[in-house]
Amino acid sequence: MQDSDAILQERVNQEYKYGWVTDIEQDIFPPGLNEDVIRALSAKKKEPEWLTEWRLKAYRHWLNMKQPDWAKLQVSPIDYQAISYYAAPKSKEDGPKSLDDIDPEIRATYDKLGIPLVEQMALAGIAVDAVFDSVSVATTFRAKLEELGIIFCSFSEAVREHPDLVKKYLGSVVPYTDNFFATLNSAVFSDGSFCYVPKGVRCPMELSTYFRINAGNTGQFERTLLVADENSYVSYLEGCTAPMRDENQLHAAVVELVALDGAQIKYSTVQNWYPGDAQGKGGIYNFVTKRGKAMKGAKLSWTQVETGSAITWKYPSCILQGDNSVGEFYSVALSSLKQQADTGTKMVHIGKNTRSTIVSKGISAMLGQNTYRGQVLIGKNADNARNYSQCDSMLMGSECGAHTFPYIDVKNPSGQVEHEASTSKINEDQIFYCRQRGISTEDAVSMIVNGFCKEVLQELPMEFAVEAQKLLGISLEGSVG
Amino acid sequence: MSALLEIKNLHAEVEGNKILKGINLEVNPGEVHAIMGPNGTGKSTLAQVLAGHEAFDVTDGEALFEGEDLLEMEPEDRARAGLFMAFQYPVEIPGVNSSYFLKAALNAIRKHRGEPELDAMEFLKLAKAKMAELDMDPAFLKRPVNEGFSGGEKKRNDIFQMSILEPKLCILDETDSGLDIDALQVVAGGVNRMRSENRAIVVITHYQRLLEYIVPDYVHVMYDGKIAKSGGKELATELEAKGYGWLEKGGAAPAHAGA
Repeated sequence: MQDSDAILQERVNQEYKYGWVTDIEQDIFPPGLNEDVIRALSAKKKEPEWLTEWRLKAYRHWLNMKQPDWAKLQVSPIDYQAISYYAAPKSKEDGPKSLDDIDPEIRATYDKLGIPLVEQMALAGIAVDAVFDSVSVATTFRAKLEELGIIFCSFSEAVREHPDLVKKYLGSVVPYTDNFFATLNSAVFSDGSFCYVPKGVRCPMELSTYFRINAGNTGQFERTLLVADENSYVSYLEGCTAPMRDENQLHAAVVELVALDGAQIKYSTVQNWYPGDAQGKGGIYNFVTKRGKAMKGAKLSWTQVETGSAITWKYPSCILQGDNSVGEFYSVALSSLKQQADTGTKMVHIGKNTRSTIVSKGISAMLGQNTYRGQVLIGKNADNARNYSQCDSMLMGSECGAHTFPYIDVKNPSGQVEHEASTSKINEDQIFYCRQRGISTEDAVSMIVNGFCKEVLQELPMEFAVEAQKLLGISLEGSVG
Repeated sequence: MSALLEIKNLHAEVEGNKILKGINLEVNPGEVHAIMGPNGTGKSTLAQVLAGHEAFDVTDGEALFEGEDLLEMEPEDRARAGLFMAFQYPVEIPGVNSSYFLKAALNAIRKHRGEPELDAMEFLKLAKAKMAELDMDPAFLKRPVNEGFSGGEKKRNDIFQMSILEPKLCILDETDSGLDIDALQVVAGGVNRMRSENRAIVVITHYQRLLEYIVPDYVHVMYDGKIAKSGGKELATELEAKGYGWLEKGGAAPAHAGA
């Protein structure tokens, strides 16, 4: 083994030295995936050797894996060799120092998407780490956070400046062997966000990242790592929209959360990627692995509003490892047009007195298919673990579908698991009642759906909740009447 | 001067069942009309057709609201033009805050009238004043629309909405059903406060009891999809004494009420 490692190492260096130097200057890699591509990617990002090796180990593992097909999804075959694994916006390597340094065209794109970055920062006091394609182009409020010892930066930067932290926690919740998409991500992740909150620090502002997918035919492989040290608190917002386009775009992100003893992480997502047109053409394929680990007395809370993507495959999960740890999952998933969503959560109770709550609201309209898939596992030693799950589905029209697959596995006799589920049709009488009061059909639908999702929406931070409400209304335009 | 509401030879059916078979009715501003009759004669259908419920097909006749073709208008446009219906069974809308709902309704109507929209503070002030009149707890505003309300609370909430929206024509569809005598008095009080020379009220009821509190100018009796008899308020008392049975023997005469 050591011999082959040595040979490999030599080869890595050779390839880097001779084969790929010029390619590193490119802003976009040609399509294709092999070890050389991974080395080039790693080199382009000036990564340390251990990380290059980690990527390669993941890649080799991935070669022996198969794309999973257990979800209730119809996925067109994905040609992984037809994807380009790196794209960067055209800008100088040094990167921008302030908003003024950002390409006006890129800023115009943000504006078109209705996200006034500048305004957001000024008004909401949000530190924004904006990801345009694969490279971070704006990071703000850094100084304020630095005063408290909070690190919030792009993943690449964290690798350069805080390698010990990254090395310690990368893959500690989602190992590189975890699943097909997470393993692919481990091999080729381009960039993402990193956050570390020191012991006892309460992060005073919501941390926010806006994701964009823009370059054609480029898979996007984000990697996010959040570490909340003992007794700290952080709330993180992730929101995305993507411009219209006509090809399927693969997105396979990994998010790892580490909540050490007594820490709390609140992670909120509003996802609105291009869902494809009415024929189902052109939308984003979203295969995401999100998982958090909660140590003693720690709390993890996932809140998501999923309205976009042609395909959503996503199960933000909590490993409740420490005694008295708490996991929460609040989700709204909306599938309209020909969208398919197979989403839910996994609550793994390992520690004693662990508690988890699942509230899932699925909305299906037009030809949308919505599946809730959730697993509650109560381990042998998890005395007095408790779970409460509630899954409600709303159907709009007669051609959509709602499905629920709850898996419950209790290995400790003191465990308590409650599961409630309901399916209802949007009520014509409710819409008529609203219209009789002067409210338009569209506003009525938006109002009723938002009411249905209220328990989830109220978990979102204020400014995000408003955005999410609008989004639900917009996503359902034309689906009734 | 044209009537506020003018219904001519109105026919309507649901899933092929003919329910309204030639309704004629004229309602002018300032008037209070009561429509009575046995169950299943089409009283509620008339209200629903006027409000624009899509379950019913109008097969003949017309309905004009201030001279405009009401039947061509969308339900929300009818509401914005000033037609309000208090529902026989007000629906629950879980998770939707009552205050948010009613403010959206009021502002949609104000916008239509060319009036400035009310902000949250202005709305709250208005709502609280009206709630006091109806003896309602302001905490109602924070509750989801009708969710978990008792029958009486739902009816009271509808009347509250009516008082906020200030329609030109109020149609009360069996608002008295399910109310105890105290609630009935409160609701009737709310309706009576709404009486004005610019507004007309149509009260649909099975029982004469409500008309002791909301005294109508005209009473119409519906039978088998038509107005079988019209008269003054004394007709209600007569019906109370005689019941509806005599209608079957055909005392029906075409009705023309209104000034």
